[in-house]
Formats: sequence, structure tokens, C-alpha cells
Amino acid sequence: MTASIGRRGAIAAAATLPIAAHAQSTDPRRGGTLVTLGGTTRHVNPAIQSGTPAGIPGTQIFASPLRFDDKWNPQPYLAEKWELAADGKSLTLHLVKGAVFHDGAPITSADVAFSIAVIQKNHPFKTMLEPVETVETPDPQTAIIRMSRAHPAILLAMSPALCPILPKHVFGDGRDILTHPANTAPVGSGPFRLTEFKPGESITIERFDRFFIPGRPYLDKIVMRIITDPPTQLLAMERQEIVYNSFLTTVRDAERLAKQAHIQIIDKGFEGIGALNWLAFNTARKPLDDKRVRQALAYLSDRARMLKVLQAGKVPQALTPIHPGSPLYTTEVNHFEYDLKKAEALLDEAGYKKGADGTRFKITIDPIPGTVEATTGIAEFLRGQVKRAGVELELRVSPDFPTWAQRVAGQDFDLAIDAVFNWADPVIGVHRTYLTRNIRKGVIWSNTQSYSNPKVDALLDAAAGEPDPAKRKAEYKEFQQIVVDDVPILFLHPFPYTQAIHKGLKGAPTSIWGPMSPWDEMYWEAAERR
Amino acid sequence: MSAAAWFIRRLIHAAGLLLAVLVLNFVLIHLAPGDPAVVIAGEMGGASTEVMAKIRAEYGLDQPLVMQLLAYLGRVLTGDLGFSFYFNRPVTALVAERMGPTALLVASAIVLALVLGTWLGILAARRPRGLAAQLVSVFSVAGFAAPVFWTGMMLLLLFASTLPIFPVSGMADVGRPKLGFAYALDVLHHLVLPAMTLAMVYMAQYSRQSRAGMLAALAADYIRTARAKGLGELRVVYRHALRNALIPVITIAGLQFGQVLAGAVLVETVYSWPGLGRLAYESILRRDSPTLLGILLGSALMVILANLLTDAAYRLADPRMRGT
Repeated sequence: MTASIGRRGAIAAAATLPIAAHAQSTDPRRGGTLVTLGGTTRHVNPAIQSGTPAGIPGTQIFASPLRFDDKWNPQPYLAEKWELAADGKSLTLHLVKGAVFHDGAPITSADVAFSIAVIQKNHPFKTMLEPVETVETPDPQTAIIRMSRAHPAILLAMSPALCPILPKHVFGDGRDILTHPANTAPVGSGPFRLTEFKPGESITIERFDRFFIPGRPYLDKIVMRIITDPPTQLLAMERQEIVYNSFLTTVRDAERLAKQAHIQIIDKGFEGIGALNWLAFNTARKPLDDKRVRQALAYLSDRARMLKVLQAGKVPQALTPIHPGSPLYTTEVNHFEYDLKKAEALLDEAGYKKGADGTRFKITIDPIPGTVEATTGIAEFLRGQVKRAGVELELRVSPDFPTWAQRVAGQDFDLAIDAVFNWADPVIGVHRTYLTRNIRKGVIWSNTQSYSNPKVDALLDAAAGEPDPAKRKAEYKEFQQIVVDDVPILFLHPFPYTQAIHKGLKGAPTSIWGPMSPWDEMYWEAAERR
Repeated sequence: MSAAAWFIRRLIHAAGLLLAVLVLNFVLIHLAPGDPAVVIAGEMGGASTEVMAKIRAEYGLDQPLVMQLLAYLGRVLTGDLGFSFYFNRPVTALVAERMGPTALLVASAIVLALVLGTWLGILAARRPRGLAAQLVSVFSVAGFAAPVFWTGMMLLLLFASTLPIFPVSGMADVGRPKLGFAYALDVLHHLVLPAMTLAMVYMAQYSRQSRAGMLAALAADYIRTARAKGLGELRVVYRHALRNALIPVITIAGLQFGQVLAGAVLVETVYSWPGLGRLAYESILRRDSPTLLGILLGSALMVILANLLTDAAYRLADPRMRGT
């Protein structure tokens, strides 16, 4: 027995989405250039790295087997239909007929098999395709992914940002994929082809006329300009030198741009990425090796007030390791609401009584370099909060990412403020932070907290291979409850990402992957086309 | 000393200086905290221990520092500045690509600062107690005291936002063909604010310097003689006094070339000007040592060249210097 979804059903479903309906109502037409903000990236091949700077251009240049709507439903893309076996151990993809790469070569199942092998071997998210054993290619239009066990994350792993289909005849020439010259001058399979890549300056892509979805994309050209200075980014948006900022990072900036008559702010499209801001505890160090101390610090943190002060009360709290936008998120966990008495009692119980000077102990905090309200502002706020219970917090400001990363990856920290993405399915972006076997000194965004709980390891392993969605959800609920209670990390808030877009530009990507999905539906209203 | 002997001696000094710059920069950069492999892994979204070891081996980061230095010096001698960890391209190509925009910005700023600064200095020196002299004095203090990034932001707010006359960022409009007179005008339009920002602080210095030089020159006997001979005031000021008053300004301008390049880092970042300064900023943030070393080498070369030109100009302006 198989579960099958086809293009027709998906189109009917898509018609109910607000953006799709909006796009239909204003009669999208071809033409025009979109100037947007880009990020500095080493290359544009998302098969071998994650992150938005490569992912946003990468998802325009490469197509993937599936794409997703804003309700977490898979939609046809390069695969016009697919079947996931009832035991969850195989996924069959039926590719669109007549799809070609940017050099005109046909896209076949051999390219799918090649791409999956490349991703499995080289992408940093090792758990994403871990159970994949083989990819069979019975005919040029069919690829069957065989897995050693059920792997519910496999559908999300077929997303544009995670599974770009690479041309085997270009990337499979025997050269090392990590340094392959085609990473910066790729032959792609997506709606746009790369025409200019100027690292640190701009990326230009143009419409691929033989894209496999008839009539798409609508835009002629997209220029991703790299402007690193945040005030200049805002001014450029106000002056319409930039007409789309797909990753606006602060509430303050969103409010400023919303006042412009020509700009619209969209707060959808970031559920898949699932960015969380959190406070990590080094559980291998005293006094943070004691769960009671970590819980006491959680009770002292007063996140509600912190968000009111720093984010004008416009950003919700994150309570668990899973992003609030995920269907697996639960609020049935310890909320650690501010409680000074309980915190002091826990610290006393742990043996950290106040000294003659009123101090219990001194620890450091390392905020990741970033916007004040999401990094140093939080550290300053926490310093005042924990001092009430006699805890001295010393702020260690890193001048740049390498300095911070060296401390955190080297596990040379007490507390660290960090921004980490869920990447849609917990198997892809959540497990890495909590699994005991992923404690790897020197590796950033591994289990740098040195957190170890056998029950959590067992739950994560079980959920990774659980084909029954209800059972899986229950396992992740228990996982969230245990981790929140153990406090290897205190979850602060989801990142308040928004998209700022010129009002004349329609069809903004608002699926769960938002800007990290194809922009083939974007178009200029006739009167605004430029 | 003949011009040829002077030139050869300066070239030998320059070679020694370049070697010292290379070694010192290499050591300083590698002493800074932060591992390029962690940065690359960070951009990748994390990486396994094996991938990080592979990255280190790929770029020779697993070798002892002395070996890395010797290998680097060897490559530089053959004209190879290495491969950028972060920008994924040969450093020579990166630097060559960015050199033009920076040279344009820096040269424009220096010319602007020299011409306007000198003119303001003359204006102030001709009537030392006049209103113009007071205004020049206020401008000099303010221009010298204001940090370059602040000046940049203020000019942006004023002339790109409140009065939207100039563009906010970049070197040219996106989509415009990059050739012809229209393109040159577009670049010029984009150049005004960054060049003005960079010129501001030096304009202030040069105005003070030329004012002082001019005051001294105008009080000299030969100027009194010139006036007694009945020469017109403009001829006296611009033909006779200015030539002597300019010598210290030229010297300072030459010495400050390196500082102007350093200022370009901030200006290029604020205005997204695609030059070496912005590349340097990005390279520092990402511990991209080959790129940073290449930029510093390029900057050192430019500074040495500027100093050579300054000395040559000095010899031209003051015949007494030709004997040294």
C-alpha cells in the first residue's frame, strides 16, 4: 500500500493558499528585473552546504524532487508524483518528462541518484539521508530511494534547499565536489540560470526559458546585491535600489520599512528553517553540570520581560527545541516562569550558597555576534536578572564570528547565546544538538553543550525511524519535555524574520521554506514592472 | 645624487619593506583567534571532524606556522598570492578585480581633498581674521574630529534619503550596460558621496596645513618683493606663495596615502563600494588570511608607490631636494 499525491491534487490544494490565490487574481505576466539582497557565499551549491546565502540562489538555480506549501504538505516539483511505501522504507519519485538542465541535457533518474549520493556524502546534515542505502533507477523517469529503515524525514529531505538535483555529466567528472569549479558556475535544473557570480558583491541569475513548468518563471532577471552594512540595506530598500529583502532580521527594521508606502512586510515563510535564539549551557563545567543550577538560571531569566524590553513584546517565546511553527511543537513543558525564590532555593540545594559578598559564583556568557536585541542585549539583560540571586555574569563580547565559534566549538564557554535552525524535520536540524554521540569538540553546531541523557538518545533514535505520525509526535513531545526540564539550553525566542517586499511585486514565497524555495511565481504588476 | 641612483636606492628599500610587511602581516593574522576551517564549517551549517580535517589539509592549515609562512613566501615570489578560503577564487584575481574601484575612490578622494583643502587654506590665509577663515577653522576641527563612518552615514542620510540626490550604494545602477559615457556618468554619480566622505577628514587636515604654509609664505621677503614689483595679488598668491606652501601638503598627502586606504575600508563598507576595503573587511570577519595578505601586499605596494611619487613630486617642487 502506498500514499500517492499527484500534480493535479497539489494544484487544487495550492489554489487555496493566500499567495497562490493572490497570484492568480492579478494575472501574472512575464518580464522585469528583481533587485534583492543577497549574502556572501563561497558558492551556490546547496548540495554540499546549508545556510541562506548559498541556499537562496541555490534554490533558484537547482530544482529538487519536491517542494512544500505553507501547511507542510509536499507538492510536485521535479517529481510530478511520488509514493512513500507503507513501511516507510522506500520512496519512489516519478520525474517530469522533458525536463532539462540549463545546458539542454535531459534530467534523469541517474542525476537524482547521483545528487542523493553527493548530498549523503558531503552535506553537513549527516542524519538527513543517513538510512538511504541505494537509489534504483529502473527507467530515466523513475528513482526509487531504498532505506534501511523507515525515515519519515525523507519527504522534507527532498525540499529545494536540501536536495538540489545536480547534473551528473558536470559534477560527476571525478573531481572533488567540495572544490568543484561548477560550484561557482553551475549548470542547474531550476527556474533561473546563473549568469554572473561576483563573490561578496553580487549574484545575477536570469530566466531559464526551458524550465520544466510551462510559463514559469515570470521574472526575466534577479540581481542579488550584497550590502553588508545594515543601515545602508534599509536606506537602499527605502530608495527602491533594493525591492525585496527576503530575510529582514529585526522587528525594529520591519517597523521602519512598514512605514514606507511602497513596502509590504510579510511574516510568513520561515517555519521550515525554524530559526531559534537560545542560551546554551556548558553542562560539562561546574557549576552548570548540576541540573538544579541550570534550572535556577532558567527561573531567573524572565523571558517574557526580556522580550518586552528587547523586542517590544512583538516576538513570542520559544519554549522547546522545536520551532513553534512546526507541527511537532508542544507547549506542554515547564515554562520556567520567573521565580526568584524557587531559583534561590535550587541554588542553595545545589550547594551554591551566597558568600559574604552576596555572590554565589561567577560565570561567563558568550553572545554570538549579531543584532543587539538578539545577542548582547540579552546578555546584558540576563546579567541584571541573575545578579538578584547572587550570580555574577561576565559578558565576553566576540568581535566576530570566528572568535565566538572557536570558543563555542572548543567548548570553552559557560553560557553562549546562539542562533540555530531546525531545518524543518527534527532529524535534520534538531538531533545534532542533543545526541550524546554528537558531542564533538571543535565542531560548531554539534552537541557543544556536552549534554547527555540516554533517555533522550533513545527517544530521538526511535522518532527518527517511526513511520506512524501520531507515535512520532508523542515521542518528540516527550523529548521536548525532558530536554526543557534538563535545561542544556534555555530557549529564548524564534527569530522574528520577515520579508520586506515592494508592493508592486507579487507572488512572494510564503511556503514553509519561504525565500529558500523557488521564486518562479514572483512577478511585477504591469504598472510597476521594471 | 643622480635620479637613477636615487630610484634604485628607493627600490631596494621598497623590496626590504615589502618582505617585512609580508612576514609581519602573516604572523599577526595567524595570531588572531579564530580558525578558518571553523568559519567554513560554520557557513556550511556545521561539518564533521573528517570534513574539517579535509578543509585544513586542502588549504595547508594543518602545517606548522613556519612551514605555512615559507610556502606562502615561495608562492608570492612566483606571483601566486594563493587561493581565497572564503571567496573560493585565486587571490590575485580577486585583488585585481577590486583594485580598480578602490584606486578610483582613493584617487578621487585625495584629489578632492588636495584641491578643496588647499583652496580653503588659501582662502583662510588671505584674510586670517575674516569670516571665511573662521568658517574654515570650524570646518577643519569638525572634519578632523568626525569618524569617517559617521560622516558617511550623515552624508547618506542627508543626500541619499532626506534629499534623494545621490544613490545609496554600489558603484553603478543594476542592469545598466557597463560601457560608454552613460556608464561613466553613472559611476561618477555613485562616486560623489563615498569620495566626499573619504575626502572630508583629509580636506580638513590639508586646509589647516596649507593655511599655515600660506601664512608663512605670504609673510616672506620674496612675496614682499613680488608685491613691490607690482605683480597682481592672484599671481603673487597662486604663482609664488602657493608653490612653497604646497611642499608640506604634498609630503603629508604622500605619507597619508596608507591612511586613506584604511579609511576606504569603512567607506566602502558603508556605501557597498566594490573595492579592496570592503574585501578586506569581509576577509577579516572570515579569517580569510590569503585574501587579507594579498590585500595588504597590494596596499603596501600602493603606499610605497605613493611615497615614491611623493618624493619625486617633492624633488620637482623643491630643487634643493634634488641633491639628496
